Amino acid sequence: MIAAGLYHRLGSRALWVAGILLAVAVLAPLSNLALPEGHALRLPNHMMPLLGKYLTYATLALALDLVWGYCGILSLGHAAFFALGGYAMGMHLMRQIGPYGVYANPVLPDFMVFLGWKELPWYWLGFDQFWFAALMTMVVPGLLAFLFGWLAFKSRVTGVYLSIITQAMTYALMLAFFRNDMGFGGNNGLTGFREILGRPIAAPETRAALFSASAILLALCFLLCSLIVRSKLGKLMIAVRDAESRARFLGYRADHVKLFVFTLSAMMAGLAGALHTPQVGIINPGAFDPGASIEVVIWAAVGGRGTLIGPILGAGLVSAGKSWFTASFPEIWLFLLGGLFVFVTLFMPKGILGVLASIRAGWAARRASARKQAGVDPDPEPSAADPIPAAQEAAP
Amino acid sequence: MSKVLPEDCLLYLDGVTVSFDGFRALNSLSLVLKRDELQAIIGPNGAGKTTMMDIVTGKTRPDSGEVYFEGGIDLTRKSETEIANLGIGRKFQKPTVFESQTVWDNLELALKNPRGVFASWFYRSNPADEARIREILDLVRLGSRRNDLAADLSHGQKQWLEIGMLLAQAPRLLLVDEPVAGMTDAETIETSRLLKEIAQDHSVLVVEHDMSFVRDLDCRVTCLAEGAVLAQGSLDHVSADPLVIERYLGR
Repeated sequence: MIAAGLYHRLGSRALWVAGILLAVAVLAPLSNLALPEGHALRLPNHMMPLLGKYLTYATLALALDLVWGYCGILSLGHAAFFALGGYAMGMHLMRQIGPYGVYANPVLPDFMVFLGWKELPWYWLGFDQFWFAALMTMVVPGLLAFLFGWLAFKSRVTGVYLSIITQAMTYALMLAFFRNDMGFGGNNGLTGFREILGRPIAAPETRAALFSASAILLALCFLLCSLIVRSKLGKLMIAVRDAESRARFLGYRADHVKLFVFTLSAMMAGLAGALHTPQVGIINPGAFDPGASIEVVIWAAVGGRGTLIGPILGAGLVSAGKSWFTASFPEIWLFLLGGLFVFVTLFMPKGILGVLASIRAGWAARRASARKQAGVDPDPEPSAADPIPAAQEAAP
Repeated sequence: MSKVLPEDCLLYLDGVTVSFDGFRALNSLSLVLKRDELQAIIGPNGAGKTTMMDIVTGKTRPDSGEVYFEGGIDLTRKSETEIANLGIGRKFQKPTVFESQTVWDNLELALKNPRGVFASWFYRSNPADEARIREILDLVRLGSRRNDLAADLSHGQKQWLEIGMLLAQAPRLLLVDEPVAGMTDAETIETSRLLKEIAQDHSVLVVEHDMSFVRDLDCRVTCLAEGAVLAQGSLDHVSADPLVIERYLGR
């Protein structure tokens, strides 16, 4: 009963995507751990944290597209929520180092001892517990997004003004986190992690588990987003995006819709950030860099804004491209990234998925007209008559 | 302060004044709309017709004056969404529908149902709602376009869709701003028929410039000028008024 209802609400495409992600969550670690070294199908050790990192980026891009593509809120500060989740996890990992730090202080992280602090600041309390830290990876970004959104959406700040203040928010956070007396490790951030849940953090098994967790998180976020965008709330979000005043005069609280979506999205970004930190082994104020947030926007735009699969594809492709280019041609990467954004905006406004959808619509139209000429089927397929529903179909 | 209005009075404006940067958009405007009445508002540009609608729907707050709905609800203290949920629907001058969604989805969104975020998330379409949407589709002559995107409708059809969306809200009062601007003659005649049909069980306030359309509506007419009522009565009575001829029709 419940399963059938869920199937109806999600649609087969969303379940396929989630199924593939779950298969990846099982098969990729299996290939890394179970196959012997040198086997053709074995994922090498260094690939696991790299691919796991891309999965967290994909979750971040998905979270951004929920607010941007569906609700029309172009957040240029979404990396801040990701970074806050990352810091919350980083604080837990710092506490896990325990007495094995350079200064061997069982409670204080090294940087605090170095600064001459005598006791843990109040906001570090509780982070020795995993459950508390895990909760905070959602609560802190969610709370910030709620307060920020409450102020911004109540006063009806929209469009480019909203984008600018989100950018200012992440910039302000970056400056704050750079300061040593904030108690987050200043410039160096949090690093030198040893263990997570009692396991050595760099061990292949731990890496594989973190990879799986990242894939599962992405699958769950994808299902949640699908449930939202396929419901009447999803239609309402698009309504608010396209004609906010009409939605208001129909009796909807547009600010409540935005606030809900913005907060939920920030929480998803925070969880993604929490899985990012242990896989890359460091979190520092650079994560709040305004450029990082803009990169997220590029991921979503390249893959296809206003779809749920698009941002996942975009994040994967652009980050993989970045890894390759920054290794091979480090000096031209930024030009390439900028060029990519200009190219996509000008020539692929609907991203990769938009291009795929219009190719498919073109095929269908050609087939239909061929059939018409042959006199077989006087009724063209509905998707052939109108390319737009076909493009929408691509959006789960 | 609450006020008890006569039983047959739905909307009551008294002495409403609004200024924008020293310009008096409404100058002590007083207006009454009865239950199930169709009333047309005419008047030159800048007479305050749209501002009057902004006041009623809560988009603009009056500097002074009283605005009451349904026997004592003070509209000057309510937000736009609260007013919409009281049963006041508004059609904008420029047709405003959700272009990237289907005609059906536009109506589903407008349909009177709980408006909260979670209520919308867990909403399930049901036979009663679907029947009501079909009924409205037939009324606004869009039955054959239900699965088309609103963006693909003609200008006139968008106006009808928007009127349909107002009806789906199950309103008690419809404010309709220039519904036939940009319509063909045939569409204009169809629209006047549609509004008269709607007015059988709703109160409707129509702002319009098109005199032949107002004549078709065959209802009480109020002429505004410079933010106040100039004349009121049948169209023949109003258009014979020397002040109206001088300030509006004669120009």
